[in-house]
Amino acid sequence: MTDFSDRILMDGPKKGRASKYRTYVLILVPLSAILFQVYVRRFVPAMEYLELPLLVTVYFSLMRRQPVIGCFIGAAIGLVQDSLEHEPLGMFGIAKTLVGYFAASVSQRFDVENFALRFFLSLFFFVFHQFFYWVIARALLNQSVDFDLAQAGLFGVLNAVVSLPLFLVLDKLKET
Amino acid sequence: MEFLLSRYRNLTVLLAVLLAQLLLLAYQVKSSADVPLIRVWAVAAVTPPARIIEGLRSGTVGFARDYIFLRDLREENQHLKQERDQLKLQKQFLESQLQTADRTRALVEFRSRTPSKTIGASVIMTGTGADSKVVFVDRGSASGIQRGMAVITADGIVGKVVNSYPMASQVLLATDPTFAASVVSQKNHVHGTLKGGIGRDTCIIDHIQNEDKVEVGEWFYTSGDDRVFPKGLPVGQVHSVHDGRILKDIVLSPTALESGLESVLIVLDGAHQAIPDPATPPATETYVMPAPPAENKPAPVTAPVDPTVGGAPQKPPTVSKANTEADRMMERYQKIGEAQNHVYGGVGSRVPDFNVATKPKPPAGSSAPAATTQPPAAAKPVPAPKSVEPPSQPVVPVPKQQ
Repeated sequence: MTDFSDRILMDGPKKGRASKYRTYVLILVPLSAILFQVYVRRFVPAMEYLELPLLVTVYFSLMRRQPVIGCFIGAAIGLVQDSLEHEPLGMFGIAKTLVGYFAASVSQRFDVENFALRFFLSLFFFVFHQFFYWVIARALLNQSVDFDLAQAGLFGVLNAVVSLPLFLVLDKLKET
Repeated sequence: MEFLLSRYRNLTVLLAVLLAQLLLLAYQVKSSADVPLIRVWAVAAVTPPARIIEGLRSGTVGFARDYIFLRDLREENQHLKQERDQLKLQKQFLESQLQTADRTRALVEFRSRTPSKTIGASVIMTGTGADSKVVFVDRGSASGIQRGMAVITADGIVGKVVNSYPMASQVLLATDPTFAASVVSQKNHVHGTLKGGIGRDTCIIDHIQNEDKVEVGEWFYTSGDDRVFPKGLPVGQVHSVHDGRILKDIVLSPTALESGLESVLIVLDGAHQAIPDPATPPATETYVMPAPPAENKPAPVTAPVDPTVGGAPQKPPTVSKANTEADRMMERYQKIGEAQNHVYGGVGSRVPDFNVATKPKPPAGSSAPAATTQPPAAAKPVPAPKSVEPPSQPVVPVPKQQ
């Protein structure tokens, strides 16, 4: 095992330790992320690439380390996001449920407090989310939407960059 | 079974959550019905903070702008050397203020002018998707807003209400691919369907045959056939037109969405209007000057009279009421007839000499021609018409007898 793999793989006393948050944090943070999504972009169109609800889903799923909880966090945030769109309920819900589940599953094996891992997980789950949203839109709703992998990758990198300071701020809200 | 569920608990929960959402999705797609309960909860949770934030933002921005404005004024008094730079800043600020005021005033003027009954609303937030084409406005069912109502501005149509909640409404913008409205072109009255489109801020016009004539720059208006938008509202100008296989590919820029969306009008009770004629200028309030006064013959040149020197005050010369050349000619012939005692239409009357120039009557009350009168016209030489005399010969003035 190399130093890097030692660093990112779960071992030692941190193994399996889930972070805990107060209930209001679990409600207010996703709500704030959705508010940001619907409000700030009105005045700063350049922020359109930012998917704060997704980053929040990834963060809480990673830190809770329980796939079931990740699954419900993703479903809840996704359904609220769906409610504010002119699309059938479940589009963002399904995509974010999958993101929450897999992010929590990954967190059981890796040290999710590592910056590099957080960056790559944010990038990966952004592309994963966009891809699954596109699959659902095409396969279930027969919508003619395009999936631009290069654009998704670029926006994924930008979201991953934002995720680093955001996750640090959210770390401060941890109870344990 | 129980063993499997406990062993694969995570996977089972995931599948159950996914299945539930898939069923929810299938129900909505199959029945075209919405699930209002979840949406109402979500909107009720998100819109109040959004309204508060919007209120705080507008208040803070207003205060900050006022502060900057006052600071500029004080510095302008204190530092006259920096006056130019500060005026530039002030100008920029005032321009932005003016722009906002103009936009609001245009909306108010439009509201007072349009026959439709409307209610004003402010955009408070957008949808959550990356390329979302919905916005939320701060008027809901409590203000009488219903699903399907048209949303417009003074510049044109914006979209339509797709969901109405107690304190807010969701508006589908005209640029959304699922949006549709019935439109008609201004020049040739070609009917088509406006749909959301290709780019972020463009729409397409569908269902127009290649044989129909549509030009770039032509205006499209709502036709009223969709029962959503009243007839006669501007939609936008054609950006490009290309012939397709059967139907034309027309791209249009919706004018209402060209500059940012802040205030809108929701049509509560629509009234159809006529589509303006292409020849008529756009219906903007313009000041029209009154017609110029009637063109009179130049008044005789009068010498200035000093009333203090003496002499009775002169009556002003009679002003001719002739407006046209024909009027002036008739007036002249009448004077000639009066001077030669000729009655037009009378039997046995001698034909008057029309070549005689008329002499203006002296004003009543004046015994002698004063300095204000011109020399008699008879004394003036009357040049012969140039067409009669060859140009090489000298023109001999012939004094006429009265």
